[in-house]
Amino acid sequence: MRSSRIRFPKFLLANAPVLSIIAVLAAVPPFITNMYYVQVLVFIGIYAILTLSLNLLNGYVGLLSIGHAAFYAIGAYASAKLSMELGLPWVLALAGAGAIAGFFGYLIAKPTLRLSGIYLTLVTLGFNMILFLVLQNWMSFTNGPLGIMDVPPPSIFGFVLSSRLQYYYLILALVLLTVLSMHRLMTCRFGRALTAIRENELAAEATGVDTTRYKIQAFVLAAFYAGIAGSFYAHFVKYISPDSFTINESFILLAMLAFGGQGNLIGPIVGAAALILIPEAFRPLQEYRMFVYGGVLIVMMLVRRQGLLGGRSYSLRWTRFDSAPARIYERGDKFLPEG
Amino acid sequence: MPSFLFDQFINGLTQGSVYALLALGFTMIFGTLRMVTFAHGEVYMMGAYMGFEIIRLLYPSFLLALLAALVATAMLGIVVELLAFHFLRNAPHATSLLVTIGISILLVNLAQKIWGPETQSIPFGRIDQLGNFEIEIAGVYITFLQIAVLGVTVLLMLVLYFVINRTKLGMVIRAMAQDYEAASAMGVNVNVIYMAAFAIGSMLGGVAGVLVGVYYNMFYPTMGGIYGLKAFSASVVGGLTSLPGAVVAGLLIGLVETFSVEFGASNFRHVFSFVFMILILLLRPGGLFGGKEMAHTRGD
Repeated sequence: MRSSRIRFPKFLLANAPVLSIIAVLAAVPPFITNMYYVQVLVFIGIYAILTLSLNLLNGYVGLLSIGHAAFYAIGAYASAKLSMELGLPWVLALAGAGAIAGFFGYLIAKPTLRLSGIYLTLVTLGFNMILFLVLQNWMSFTNGPLGIMDVPPPSIFGFVLSSRLQYYYLILALVLLTVLSMHRLMTCRFGRALTAIRENELAAEATGVDTTRYKIQAFVLAAFYAGIAGSFYAHFVKYISPDSFTINESFILLAMLAFGGQGNLIGPIVGAAALILIPEAFRPLQEYRMFVYGGVLIVMMLVRRQGLLGGRSYSLRWTRFDSAPARIYERGDKFLPEG
Repeated sequence: MPSFLFDQFINGLTQGSVYALLALGFTMIFGTLRMVTFAHGEVYMMGAYMGFEIIRLLYPSFLLALLAALVATAMLGIVVELLAFHFLRNAPHATSLLVTIGISILLVNLAQKIWGPETQSIPFGRIDQLGNFEIEIAGVYITFLQIAVLGVTVLLMLVLYFVINRTKLGMVIRAMAQDYEAASAMGVNVNVIYMAAFAIGSMLGGVAGVLVGVYYNMFYPTMGGIYGLKAFSASVVGGLTSLPGAVVAGLLIGLVETFSVEFGASNFRHVFSFVFMILILLLRPGGLFGGKEMAHTRGD
């Protein structure tokens, strides 16, 4: 009988794989002596959020945004402006940056999404280029190509972040929040509607899914997440200029998504990590990193278009202790093997 | 008309005719394949560099530069078609789009490795050898380069009109644009026609590259980006599948831009034409000439 064993709460056991990954991610960095490596990890975190937000569009709804760095830029500038000019605390600036990026996402999505998807794609590319030019030429607001300097570090209820390790824990928390919220979103009605739109838009519409509304909502959400990443970037690097948000940045995100795989929440993170680590690991490659990104896009699309881990969903739950099968046991299904 | 306005009108027309050429190439490709390429701006850039090398190293002749660019970009277009579309006929649209983006990244960085990231120019002595005279119309001087740009553009448009409407190849391309399945059932070799359409579209882009490069005498690896965007904008404004629409929209965008600079928005000229495109999308999604129906990609 089970009662003789030590009983862990089922919730902990079922989520043991996820919890152990989080534990490793949280426990290892303090032992890294070279702070540069920690900084690389922080950047992986930023790009993981960005790639995840792109995945929301490309992987789940089947919309292609090829100017996603625009929303990243809006988040960064909005957060810097909100905290420097209005003196808002970081938490509010973060939320504000996300909201403003989402608002711009709405402005882009609303007129284009009632048309076929290709118009949105063209407009996102154009929006990225145009935003870059605006950031560069609007001297009085963005300080042009000189950029905004001395963005204050984040302070959370009075605690001011200073070391890179603290930034690492902050971005870890943000990535976990992103993954968790996206997981919840994608398993509820909203997520099922998005998947239905991707699989067959006509059928989705016939079963009563308001496709245009869901697409716009998904686009706004993706812009929101990108804005969050932008806000963190601004407060981490403390200096933002238009050069950090060129169309190349958008293309790098696409390469990460294409490499890691789309349609689940693990692929984008793996893609972001891999495409940051590969040029880091091979120093001579640094000069050729854009070649790597371009080559990755072409090769992945020709050879394995769903990406390394894409095309299926992975469960990080220990199903043996999952409550869903347990419920079947309680119903008394005789055909299932003894657990 | 005051002469400075006429002057600006000629400038806008020159600028617009280049946009029209680019948009024609883009529309040609979209109309036949029903797919978008994002490497169009980079094909244009490669054409420009081709002309640059010919004039700088070989012989200062516009014609020779244009011919070299035509050959080079036609081959480049076929390579793009093979990589991005030929092997991915049954794949979702996004797959081909991402390959063209990958190609555009590679081309920009290749140009950076070959010619360096800085702006290159042809020595002025060489430029003057191309032809150096001006015509005066109503008190406005029109330079040789402006005449060359306008002349080449008009000539190419006439050739294209002839090819599309009077030759067998043109007929097949029109048939494919209307219904590629029916065309293929009638015995059209779909793959060859796609390749031909791509080559023609790319050649138009390459010629535009030589014209702009020599006109401003500036060659740099990222020159394709904003011009590629102009090609999309003009193409969308024209209705994405209409060749006359692309020409009119290209000229219109060129004029709108030049006059917005004239009336004091020089830093935001590109913003202006982009907003113009969004407005057209809001008011008339089918474009100026596409009727009420908007263009669909394959599989839509």
